[in-house]
Formats: sequence, structure tokens, C-alpha cells
Amino acid sequence: MYREKLYSLEGIYREEFKITGFRFGHGENSACIVGSLRGNEYQQTYICSQLIRELKKLEEHGQIAGNKSILVIPCLNQYATNIDRRFWPLDDSDINRKFPGHIAGDTTQQIAANIMEIIKGYSYGIHLTSFYMPGKFVPHVRMMETGFQNPSLANLFGLPFVVIRKPKPMDTTTLNYNWQMGGTSAFSLYTNCSDYIDDVSAKQAVASILRFLTRMGIIKYNNHSGYIAEVIDEDNLVPILSGAAGFYKRLFEPGRTVYRGDVIGEIIDTYSGEILDRVISPTEGMIFFAYTGPTVMEDAVVYKVIRRLHE
Amino acid sequence: MIEEIVSLQMPVEERLVVRKNRLEPEHAGKNMKRISIVTGTHGDELNGQYVCYKLIEKIKAHPEHLCGIVDVYPSINPLGIDTGSRGIPMNDLDMNRVFPGTDSGAMAEHIAYKITQDIIGSDMCVDVHSSNIFIKEVPQVRLSPENYDKLLPYARLMNADIIWALSASVYLEASLANCLNMFGVPSIVVEMGAGSRITRTYARQTLDGIFRLMKELGIWSGSVEEVKEPIVANTGDVSAIHAGRSGLFILEDAEIGVNIQKGFKIGKIVSPLTGDVLEEIISPKDGFLFTLREHPVVYKGAIMARVCKTGDRAETAFASVKGGEAYV
Repeated sequence: MYREKLYSLEGIYREEFKITGFRFGHGENSACIVGSLRGNEYQQTYICSQLIRELKKLEEHGQIAGNKSILVIPCLNQYATNIDRRFWPLDDSDINRKFPGHIAGDTTQQIAANIMEIIKGYSYGIHLTSFYMPGKFVPHVRMMETGFQNPSLANLFGLPFVVIRKPKPMDTTTLNYNWQMGGTSAFSLYTNCSDYIDDVSAKQAVASILRFLTRMGIIKYNNHSGYIAEVIDEDNLVPILSGAAGFYKRLFEPGRTVYRGDVIGEIIDTYSGEILDRVISPTEGMIFFAYTGPTVMEDAVVYKVIRRLHE
Repeated sequence: MIEEIVSLQMPVEERLVVRKNRLEPEHAGKNMKRISIVTGTHGDELNGQYVCYKLIEKIKAHPEHLCGIVDVYPSINPLGIDTGSRGIPMNDLDMNRVFPGTDSGAMAEHIAYKITQDIIGSDMCVDVHSSNIFIKEVPQVRLSPENYDKLLPYARLMNADIIWALSASVYLEASLANCLNMFGVPSIVVEMGAGSRITRTYARQTLDGIFRLMKELGIWSGSVEEVKEPIVANTGDVSAIHAGRSGLFILEDAEIGVNIQKGFKIGKIVSPLTGDVLEEIISPKDGFLFTLREHPVVYKGAIMARVCKTGDRAETAFASVKGGEAYV
């Protein structure tokens, strides 16, 4: 393993902004794993740190395949992470909405362009990322339907679900989309959380990445073969909306089966404590996403359900 | 008539409400033209607030001149404006990156959907922006390359100092104006001033443009001011100047909205710790200075200025910017 300063930006009142990478193996650019682009994606950086630890051991034992190299970049927004902000602190811009970037553009465009330059040309790209709403997911791999996507490759992570998302205009400036358009088989890996550390889900993520790298012949490793993933079109996830606003009590966790008519959440009046509304499942299926905020607005998405799928 | 376009109950006491004010003649006719004036997408952009106020004030003062429908949406991100946040305060999402939205989506997408659906059917939409707290802009119209030819005649009526096309529309695909254009509502984006303040001269200039546009569309029959002949940028005319160093930007004698010469010293980037000048910010060409850095703390790459070559005012080409894409 060697640690490398991949990019730096002169600070003004803070120390230099740095993006640091960890390289394993030698030879062709086989796989690149990207951690947090947002400052509050602590879980994503943590997963990278655990992956680096494992890859270091594997390399020491000669378990990186010949002519294969892996790059892990745990944190790409240190300035935000260190002050507990999600986006680029000075102008609140989201680096994951700046791709493919512009080498002569504004600061975050330049950062995005430099990241793109570093990570382009890898055969496989894995981005550990988060959703903008507070919530928990069942762990899954997400791919954009760019025409270059390959769900059967995504299946090799051995996670329970692969989600295919038709890109909306707002997606075209993300890392995943542009990585894929650049010829890398790019996957976004979602664990159940982002702004706190969940060791169980982190271990699952690390195992799934190692499994994928093994199956692609990049490392030599024995691990559990995981799941045969259910491939889901994101448009087929049923959103369930809150019918009122107030305190929100989540009654079901992701991964659990629900039946039509099940009460899966409660909305409680913020003053009287009375139940204002019950969130009722309109369908039978498995909870894919569950909102976790303490309060909820009217008509907010509180669950997404995979219709007619059971545990 | 004030209408609620979106109303969402919030957890404690209040609703999130997006309102519009529909102004129409007392005796509405059939097939009247309709214009939508939209602003307040970014909570730190306030010139549009003044534009809305003056627009409604003038129409109310002379209702006899109103021949069509004027829908005014002063704040499509009301919580952002109220809190001085550029994005939506709860999640920092940029409201102008979520259009056209979806009915069953999360809050921002839901609001975007309702607004888009409400505006569809308009004959024209003017989306008023005010840069941000970092950059000051002279009144300008920005067009997407896809709709340039179709929209240029309308843009010329907007009393802007300059009209230019964004060369990287990929960043703006999910913007309100882009989506409305896709849905067949001709939409133009006006930028002016800087964030978190009102520059009344710019707002009045734009207001005159809106009335001129309304006159053209047959929505306003009253007298209107003569509008400026804008600079229409040609390919390669616009140069963006970026900071090559991080530091503190000190403006020299540069003034926005004037012609400057190649080599003109716009400002310098200095180190407050060492007292050194780190970089001089120099104009790379003769031209019209229409963008200028407002916030003094700059990181390498930050946009410092844009200069547009003046001279021949050809009408059809795009301003290809070397670096420094602009956002709305």
C-alpha cells in the first residue's frame, strides 16, 4: 500500500485541502473506490477505512492479483467533514452535482474535474454515497440506466438488491453518471446510513466490495458468496407519503415485509400528543427505504416499498 | 388574486406555502396571453422580490392597460428566502436543480412538480435571479443553446446589458427555465446584482424590460420605456477570469458595467498573513466587464470576473466561455 496526495488546494485560513488516496497492487487500473463527497458521509469514509485495513492485510499476504491495482479514496471533502457540514463550506455547493467538472471552472468544478481525472480509466468504480433525506435503506447497489449499465455485474457484490435508476436531469451531474459515461462500470453502494457509524452495515459493505473484487479477479480472497440480488427498477418502488405533519414514529424497519393495511407509522400532534394520522401500507411487499427524521412534513416520502416482495 | 400553488403542513404550527398573484383584466377576454414571472428560487437572491413588488404596483396603478394574465410567483423557495439560505433549508437542496419534479417525490420534487404544472400553459416565463453573495452581475439574459434562436428576439426586449448563451447546459438540465422550455413554455433567465441585497437600479432596468416584453406579447397596452440595445455575445467573446491562488481579493478601481482594456488591473489576491500580493487579476482582453467578484475570500478557481469583447454585435452565435460556466 502506498499513500498518495492526489489533489491539493491552497488554503487561506485553514490548512491545505487534500484528497488522499491509498493504492494497492500494481499494474492496470482495475478498481477505484470513492468515499465521501459530502462532509457528513461519515459512514462512507469509515467503510473506506475498514476496506483499506483489509486490503493492506491482503496485500501483505500477496492476495492482490498480478497486474491489478486498486485505489481507495476515503474522503474527498475534508473541509466539510472537519466542521460537520455536508457541502463545500464556502459556497455550500455539492461536489456530487458538479461532475464532470471543469478544469478551468469554479473551485468545486475544478475539484470535480480533478477527481474525474484521477479516477477515470478504471475498469470498475464504486462510489459509497448517501441519500439527501434522513432515512435508512436496505443495503443495495445502484446503477444509472445510461445504456452502459450492467446489472449482472452489480449482482456480483452479493448485496440483496440492485436498483436501476433512470437518470433524471438532476442526476446527470453526479459522479456515478459521469463515471459510467466515461467507460467505467460504475456502481453506487448504499448502506443503511451516512451521518453516523453503523459497524454491522459497514462490515457488510466491506465484505460486498471484497466479494466483488474477488469475483472480478482483482484480489484472491475467500468469503461468503452473499445474495443473488433482486434487480429492481426504481420506478417500481412504491412511495408512501405522510398524510399529516407532526412528530413521526416509524414502526417498520427496512427489510421487513408489510401487508396491505398494515399500520407502519404514526404521526403525532406536536402539542397534544394525539395521533393525527397513521401511515398505512397501500400494498404488500418489503420496506426498501424508511424515513428516520423525528418530525415529518405533510406529503413527505416516509417509506418506499418493493411491491409483492417478501423476506 | 392570490392563489396557493403548494401548501404543505409543517410539524409545528405553520404551513409551507408557495403563492402566486394572478393579475388579469377586470373583464377577462378569451385567448388572453399569459406571462409568468418567477423568482425566489434561491433564498439569497432578492432583486426579484423588488421586481415583483414594483411590477404589481404598476399594474395595480394602471389596470386599464392590462390586456392579459400576469402570474407573479415571488418566492418558490419561501423557506430559503425567509432564512437567507440559498437552498431549501431542511436539506440544502438547490431548488433550481430538481425540476420538473414529481408528484410523488420528496418535498423539493413535489414542490417543483406543482410549480411546473402551474406555469405550463403560459405564453412566456421570465425567471429572475440575482447571482449569489460571491459574484455581482450586470442585468443580463442567459439562454440555453438549444433555445437560443427562438428566445433571442424576446431576450433583446429585456433591457439587459448583455445576452449570452450558456455553453454547458448539462449543469442546468434540471433548472426551471430549461424544463419549461422542454414543456413548450418559452422561458428566459435574467440575472442581476449580487445575493442578499437589492440593487434597485438593476431591478428597475429589468422591470422596464418585463413591461416591454409584455407589450410585445399583447399583455400590456400602456407606454413602456425604450430598452437598451444589448451586447449579444459571439462565440469566444466572453472570457472568464479565475483565481489562480487562494487568498483575499482586493478590488482595485474596477467598476462593473463598463468597458475596460486588455491589461486593466481589476484587483489583486493578497495574503493577510504575509502581506504579499499573490496574484494580480488582469483583464485578458478589451471588453465589457459584466461579472465581478463580490466576496473577498477566494479559493483557487473562484470566478473573479467575466469580460465580453464588444464591437460587432452579431446575433446568432453562442458565447463559448473558456472556463467559468455560469449557473442560475
